[in-house]
Amino acid sequence: MSRSYLPHWIHWLGSPPNFYRFAGALRPWLMAAALVSALIGLYGGLVLAPPDYQQGDAYRIIFIHVPSAWMSLFIYATMAMAGLVALVWRVKLAEVIAMECAPTGAAFTLITLLTGSMWGKPMWGTWWTWDARLTSELVLLFLYFGVIGLYNAFEDRRRGARAASLLALVGIVNLPIVHYSVQWWNTLHQGTTVDLFGKSSIAPSMLWPLLVMALATHLYFFASILGRARTALLSLESGKQWVRALIGGQPTPTTGAPT
Amino acid sequence: MAISPASRAPLLSAHRLAFSRNDEPVFGPLDFSLGRGETLLIEGDNGSGKTTLLRVLAGMLPPGEGEIRFDNEPASRDNRNGCVLWLGHRTGMNESLSARENLEFLAGLYGTRQGASAASAMERVGVVGWLDEPLRTLSAGQKKRVGLARLLLLPGDVWLLDEPYANLDRHGIELVNALIAEHCADGGAALVTSHGAVRFADPRARHIHLVA
Amino acid sequence: MASTAQSIVDGTTVTRVEHASAFGACGALLRRDFVLAWRRRGELFLPLLYAVIVAALFPFALGPDPALLARIAGGVLLVIVVLAMLPALESMFRADLEDGTLEQWLLAPQPLALLALTRVIAHWLTTVLPLIVVMPLLGALLNLPVKVLPVLIVALLLATPLLVLLGSVLSALAAGARRSGILMALMLLPLAVPVVIFAAGAIAAAQSGMPFIAPLSWLAAALVLAIVLAPLACATALRIAVEA
Repeated sequence: MSRSYLPHWIHWLGSPPNFYRFAGALRPWLMAAALVSALIGLYGGLVLAPPDYQQGDAYRIIFIHVPSAWMSLFIYATMAMAGLVALVWRVKLAEVIAMECAPTGAAFTLITLLTGSMWGKPMWGTWWTWDARLTSELVLLFLYFGVIGLYNAFEDRRRGARAASLLALVGIVNLPIVHYSVQWWNTLHQGTTVDLFGKSSIAPSMLWPLLVMALATHLYFFASILGRARTALLSLESGKQWVRALIGGQPTPTTGAPT
Repeated sequence: MAISPASRAPLLSAHRLAFSRNDEPVFGPLDFSLGRGETLLIEGDNGSGKTTLLRVLAGMLPPGEGEIRFDNEPASRDNRNGCVLWLGHRTGMNESLSARENLEFLAGLYGTRQGASAASAMERVGVVGWLDEPLRTLSAGQKKRVGLARLLLLPGDVWLLDEPYANLDRHGIELVNALIAEHCADGGAALVTSHGAVRFADPRARHIHLVA
Repeated sequence: MASTAQSIVDGTTVTRVEHASAFGACGALLRRDFVLAWRRRGELFLPLLYAVIVAALFPFALGPDPALLARIAGGVLLVIVVLAMLPALESMFRADLEDGTLEQWLLAPQPLALLALTRVIAHWLTTVLPLIVVMPLLGALLNLPVKVLPVLIVALLLATPLLVLLGSVLSALAAGARRSGILMALMLLPLAVPVVIFAAGAIAAAQSGMPFIAPLSWLAAALVLAIVLAPLACATALRIAVEA
């Protein structure tokens, strides 16, 4: 399997002991940055941003709800991409990353649904409704559960990772459905207000805390996945020399080539 | 008589073939080749990786390292499928169907050797009279023989036989050896695993010994 | 002995094989699956029986108010069909994995995706089509308005193959795992929801006299896409399953 078309650093990073050290070094910085930006974003959203002229202060939950929703989709896409690499090239690191994305993604989806429910009660008068966006987001939650369930049903974790990755890929059709559901159907949920490429229909004083919170959640996710992947790699490679050296307190031997 | 180059190209060859599961090495690196008319015996105790080696050669498992070649071309579904016949631990046939139905289904997938039929193959392996009974009514030894009949019916130059002697009595073992010898004389090749002491009809059969 | 062997290979290769065409292979697989289904035809009645019992229970559970039954009949029948399909879907590939037939599939000179698609077709014809055939009877039990029946049937003819195609991928994935009862349902549910929504949309539209062609078109489009993609995914899943 010649992968000479990939840059050298990808090869280097794909090797578990290298990734372990790299992730371990990077993770605290990402966590710190996530915390700082979260504080800034929350301050901007909860304190600085003015009350909405229609909803008053009840709208402020969007600073958690919307970034969580974005993460629920982003993490699924990451999981599917890592899963594709795992399926096609059987790269151990890709398998680990794909599988560790699932619980985090499920958590963000759950937060999205719960915060949305908390917002829906004062706004629409109901905790839940079966409109297109809510339903497809709930479907996303069950897709995550399916991936987690399938992965855990295998004794051989590498095979299980590839099977669950295939499942994740099959379910990827749900992502555009969630995103475009507010455009394709008449839904109770409000339409797209934040546009990546065009003009957003939200006030700037509310937009910037939202974007900062989005940044914070992304940073948190990266930090989290680095940490989870490290732990998973340790247990997956537990028989190997570099892990034993690590536990023994000796310096981790790094390799120049992928395992 | 000079050997022409065509007969020199090995049907199957392995170069530095190795496999690990959960980072534990299972076998390898191995180098061997199998030409027309040759038999290769892979011996080893239980757990030494014989079945895994055969499964890797059959393409069911990807090799960890190394390369497999068919007719000197890198192994792919195009050159492997249709060239290889697999006889593993599982019969590969449905118990609710009769031997005839199973064999005819497989013939539908693989094609048949010219002149072969389910009935003639069953006769050769000595299970006449059980052609139309549901497979579950046969004994383990008879089912094994039906599996051998499959080798006679379907086309395939390379036979990958995993423990073909299991469940067979002395006559059955002689039958397996006879079938392998005929197949090799006909220009085919066979790769056989066994953990017991096996006497091949062909004294020129090569051995590979795997250590657990 | 040695010289005889060499004299055979020293000449031109003689065609000693009758090849199997892809079409013939699919025919052989269909024949095999039909024979097996016929041998176990008692088992095929179970989903039908289940559907009839559940359909019969609804009037008892909800009261015999004909207007109420008529309103919910279409959706209820849709759900009944999906639930009745589930157990058989789970075991689509398990038996063949256990007895080694899948290993033979893998080594056959046929595209594995094509064999998977043929299995899907055989499965649909033997386990799902009977359910659709009894729809008129079940509709009568639930006081389904007559004008909805054709739309219900068309919706089922589009939705159920789609579900079987999706289910084939999931069944192949689950076949390689430890036996886990709820896993199949858990995996199928999120994928089945959009299908059920569109089918139900068509049924509801027909019930209220509105145009129903749009959701049916969506189902048809999804079905076409699934016919192309699902067998490929199923083949990949089967390869993963055989690796054990």
